[in-house]
Amino acid sequence: MKKRLGWFIAGGLLVAALLAGVVSSFASSSPDGLDAAARKGCTFDADDNITGGTCMVQQEQDHQMKDSPLADYGIKGIDNEFLSTGLSGVLGVAVTFAIGGGVFWLVRRRGGSSNEHTEGATSA
Amino acid sequence: MNGVAMHIANGIVNAQVSAIFAAVAAAALAICVWRGRADLDDRLAPMAGLVAAFIFAVQMLNFQVLPGVSGHLLGGTLAVVLVGPWVGALCVSTVLIIQCLLFADGGLTALGLNITNMALVGTAAGYLLVAGLLRILPKTPRGVAITAFVASVVSVVIASQMFVIEYALGGTTELNLTTIAGTMAGAHVLIGIGEGLIAAVTVATVARVRPDLVYALRRFRKTASPVPAVPAPAVGGVA
Repeated sequence: MKKRLGWFIAGGLLVAALLAGVVSSFASSSPDGLDAAARKGCTFDADDNITGGTCMVQQEQDHQMKDSPLADYGIKGIDNEFLSTGLSGVLGVAVTFAIGGGVFWLVRRRGGSSNEHTEGATSA
Repeated sequence: MNGVAMHIANGIVNAQVSAIFAAVAAAALAICVWRGRADLDDRLAPMAGLVAAFIFAVQMLNFQVLPGVSGHLLGGTLAVVLVGPWVGALCVSTVLIIQCLLFADGGLTALGLNITNMALVGTAAGYLLVAGLLRILPKTPRGVAITAFVASVVSVVIASQMFVIEYALGGTTELNLTTIAGTMAGAHVLIGIGEGLIAAVTVATVARVRPDLVYALRRFRKTASPVPAVPAPAVGGVA
């Protein structure tokens, strides 16, 4: 009943890496729902500076991590946008899995017999 | 200003209110770790890592919802269906923390606000709907897909309104809140539909390939006790 989990995880990570590494370059670059609402009421020049009006982003401050080498989903120093976005995405997937999976693994419940945990496959 | 901003930036909501929500988020995450440990075994831990990585990837995929307005998945409902509410909230939080610290997306000061909206409120709303819907709908790939779709749409709109509450408490610019609520709700119904489609396809695929890995198919039994954290006794559970 214990099917191999490793292959499923590997397959899932591959899909995630393809989405973040390739498909991400075709994503919309319009501001998202929140950002669009926050900019509503102001006018912006070509450099995205506020030129007038009243809106939520007026008091916006810089991000503390704006100088991060991965800031804004790119890799500092890589000028090719497709590569820069794609590589930052793949890196993000890897880091998220490593840190997230690592922390979950560390705090997991240990030593419980598999019987106390109803496995769906047995009664499905 | 940043070219790519997907979450609340610094300075949109004032420092005091941001600090309050940072404390709320920290406390809630501690509870999630505590309750989530009951679910986290040798199989769920790697699965939860994958769910976090997958949500990170799909959050990069902004789709157009209106002229000049895009949206992306928040992921709370998807996480609930695959790994349960407590671990699910931790998955979304992991993504938000990594996006903030490495990708400069979502202000550090605003991290508590973003976690509250997307990881806590979005996931909680998704959970209540998933738990309710799966008592009615069949536990099949199709049933779980419909569940994920409906729960996603509602949970995204509720999460967007949580932002309006935060802005009402500590918004840094005097603006009409009703207008903000309307704008946010309108855009997020559409974003929720997009998220719902992605979540439905994802959970239906996993339910078809590996139904044993779908938390929502293992839990929420029609005869189970109302508290999902306590596994129902296996014997005598005849409907």
